Amino acid sequence: MMAVGCLFLLLLGSGGAKANSASVSTELSKDVEINSSVPVDVTERTSAEALLEQLTHTKLSKAAALLEQLEQSGDVRVRAVFQTMLDGALYYQRDNRQLLAVRKGEDKSLNASDVFSGESLGVVAKKSVKKIRVNNRLRVYLRGALSRLALNADSADDRNIAVMSMLDKLSADNVAALQALDERETNHEVKVSIALALAMNTLATSSDRDQRLAAIEVMDGRLEAPVKNQLRALVDSAVVDGSIVNSSLDTQVIAAAQKALQNIDGKVTAYGYVEQLFFGLSLGSVLLLAAIGLAITFGVMGVINMAHGEMIMIGAYATFVVQQLMPNFLEYSIWVAIPAAFLTAGLVGVLIERCVIRYLHGRPLETLLATFGISLILQQAVRTIFSPLNQTVVTPEWMSGSLEINAVLSITYSRIYIFIFALIVFAALQLVMKKTSLGLQVRAVSQNRSMAKSMGIHTDRVDALTFGLGSGIAGIAGVALSQITNVGPNLGQAYIIDSFMVVVFGGVGNLLGTLFAGFSLGIANKFLEPATGAVLANIIVLIFIILFMQKRPKGLFPQKGRAAE
Amino acid sequence: MNLKKILKISALSLSVATAMAAQAGDTIKVGVLHSLSGSMAISETTLKDTVLMMVEEQNKKGGLLGKELEAVVVDPASNWPMFAEKARELLTTEEVDVIFGSWTSVSRKSALPVLEELNGLMFYPVQYEGEESSKNIFYTGAAPNQQAIPAVDYLMDELEVERWVLAGTDYVYPRTTNKILKAYLKSKGVADKDIMVNYTPFSHSDWQSIVSDVKKFGSEGKKTAVVSTINGDANVPFYKELSNQGVTSETIPVIAFSVGEEELSGIDTGPLVGHMAAWNYFQSVETDANEAFVENWKSFIKSDERVTNDPMEATYIGFQMWAQAVVDAGTTDVDAVEKAMIGQEVKNLTGGTAVMNKNHHLSKPVLIGEIQEDGQFEVVFETDGVVPGDAWSDYLPGSMDMIADWTSPVECGNYNTKTKSCGSK
Repeated sequence: MMAVGCLFLLLLGSGGAKANSASVSTELSKDVEINSSVPVDVTERTSAEALLEQLTHTKLSKAAALLEQLEQSGDVRVRAVFQTMLDGALYYQRDNRQLLAVRKGEDKSLNASDVFSGESLGVVAKKSVKKIRVNNRLRVYLRGALSRLALNADSADDRNIAVMSMLDKLSADNVAALQALDERETNHEVKVSIALALAMNTLATSSDRDQRLAAIEVMDGRLEAPVKNQLRALVDSAVVDGSIVNSSLDTQVIAAAQKALQNIDGKVTAYGYVEQLFFGLSLGSVLLLAAIGLAITFGVMGVINMAHGEMIMIGAYATFVVQQLMPNFLEYSIWVAIPAAFLTAGLVGVLIERCVIRYLHGRPLETLLATFGISLILQQAVRTIFSPLNQTVVTPEWMSGSLEINAVLSITYSRIYIFIFALIVFAALQLVMKKTSLGLQVRAVSQNRSMAKSMGIHTDRVDALTFGLGSGIAGIAGVALSQITNVGPNLGQAYIIDSFMVVVFGGVGNLLGTLFAGFSLGIANKFLEPATGAVLANIIVLIFIILFMQKRPKGLFPQKGRAAE
Repeated sequence: MNLKKILKISALSLSVATAMAAQAGDTIKVGVLHSLSGSMAISETTLKDTVLMMVEEQNKKGGLLGKELEAVVVDPASNWPMFAEKARELLTTEEVDVIFGSWTSVSRKSALPVLEELNGLMFYPVQYEGEESSKNIFYTGAAPNQQAIPAVDYLMDELEVERWVLAGTDYVYPRTTNKILKAYLKSKGVADKDIMVNYTPFSHSDWQSIVSDVKKFGSEGKKTAVVSTINGDANVPFYKELSNQGVTSETIPVIAFSVGEEELSGIDTGPLVGHMAAWNYFQSVETDANEAFVENWKSFIKSDERVTNDPMEATYIGFQMWAQAVVDAGTTDVDAVEKAMIGQEVKNLTGGTAVMNKNHHLSKPVLIGEIQEDGQFEVVFETDGVVPGDAWSDYLPGSMDMIADWTSPVECGNYNTKTKSCGSK
């Protein structure tokens, strides 16, 4: 039995060697050349094989040590094994313990392939293979090991990332590898990163004052966390209450480190404010989107619409349905979802107006109760039609991730797009209200209903269209919100209070006020939050609004002129 | 109205009541007290269906004591005081023999006085903060020492975490759990500055600043992890923000106590791979019992997409134990069943055996799973053997000396071992 196992492993080894020459796997080929220049003696090769075999029956808690041995074995196949393992695709066959790469196909079948050559081995039965489990700790290790191997990658960006990932792991081995890379590196950016890493190493190991001062100079102004941590550790070891007490250390070096640290801290704080400002703008744009439809139905028409949140929810569900209908075009589904959400929510809005609200003109209390009832009906309807569970709305690739400006400041793409989107919707709505005949009629009816009627405006039709427009805009807000929050029956509830708050604060009947109120509330909230916590920040903002409304009951920008009465 | 008349009327109504009771005796009534509408419907509807499935299966096996089981479903609509009203309705009007119900602690606390007053029997299937033990309630979910403490141990020993973010929704379960965790971490020598506690309102959706703070907290050189008691709806935007800001399970892992298979079914799980959850059950555990359970559930609910989760297993264990206890006691009388419950054993779906202890809590194994791309968990850690549930935490100053023991001679849910008295802290 053992003999068969060994024979098998030899076969496996030759498979790996074949992969080198044929370079079937492109990932593999990068480091193959470097590693193959190192002569691998026979004993080492067999030990790597033994280790690979051990991998199939090692407990998860013992696997880390084994992987370390594997990395040190210098075997060329390790990289492929690590990569497959990191992907969670490393399996072995139960009967002969052969390592396999297994990936799930479209129809949930398991497609096996050779770990080293990538050659397909066909579909395997679920029971015949077993996954080699990976946990978080191993994943961290694997990624680190792969990035150490990636020091020799072709792409300069990859090399740069590899160098950066080593900043807090400057062991003698890593430093030697970096020095070797430094000599042949041509890319400027990578060179700068290596210089930083080597400077950190110098500061940590050298005892020569000039060298250390030079190293601190290189580190000065860098925002990477390891740099800051190293400087802080150095300063903390020598400074108590602002004066240098540990005389065994070079005071000049400490003073320089202190200055560099102050510099870095200053920068970090400044970027922190920029970040908070962006967070505020982003929250503001969400508030604006949620409130802007209400600014029409409540602000312009004067209908206290408690079902406004559910219009947002309908928009979000429209996004979900659109994604279900076009599963192969998720990247573009948003563009279909926007008009779909507008039409669905708008249609529901027109229906509500025609069937309920028009009978309640001038009776705000009844309108409030009726629309509150409608909101409950819509929520329960969604629970019945879809399910009480939240639905998955996939975020398109181009909206995920973040734009990294530097080590401490990065801005998420989805927020940027929502910010821009909110402004576009706002501008479009302004255009409709100011430049189209519908907008003119809406304004006429809201200012003086009977006068408008006697001028030949169909007030009924205008009412329905206005309510539909407001609801449709809420639906569009739902598309945006589906990207950042839950799509579930309670979605609307979370935004209805905020929406009313923004509209009332901005001044009823004034779109520009809504814009201003949304952003100022968002920014105020985000600047309060770090100091007070999220719960208290909300409360403080609410109290502020209550006090403000006492002083100026008509909001920031009250309606002026005869129309205001 | 004179006294005689009043007596007459009350005697009449009493006889009517007994007549009704006799009639109800043909079936054994199982009350289901889970919200089917409102904000908690998302979680509780599943448990209602689980109880219905268990009742159906039991009836196929011939019911209990030769009688059919009959489920009585009411809807407390995620409204806490309504749990008390509906519990009263179940016990007085419907005269049920047992209740399976509640999810949030506040709903359980609201039903508790009614259960004690009318001597009802309830099974509570959700992980909770502990610090309670009632004669009339059996707690089949995890107590903090069966979920939070092993999770923290795992992070400390296996992932070598040194800095801790305790993030939770602002209500009783996270606050108590975090209090216990903080005391526990300190007892392990973690400094105050290495613990960050953060609370957010229900359904919090704007996580930008908090995630950014967590990132800063985690960038100071020590391995950092987030222990999340964030509840329900707020989780989706939280995880989305984490992945958008580039926080992965490798840089700052998150371990959650309220995120299970059901919650993940509403999220795009791609970016979450590797974040963890601690439970007593995962759907992915490969045992014959579990595979049969999942199969049954899918055919009962008539959907291949539906998943199973920890509170469902807790409901399953509770139901099986109750059925066994009824058989052992030979009656559905609450006092007799309560006595027969203690010491009952039921095979866990994940292997091993769950035992009902004297404090009305279970002994169960603790599992830690990592989120996979398909929304399932992969078990990365499992306790050796079962962990007995602790009603009163050993790490909180007020409850260190408290125990619960419902057998004679103690017969008390909050017995102070120092003062040897019942009912005082």
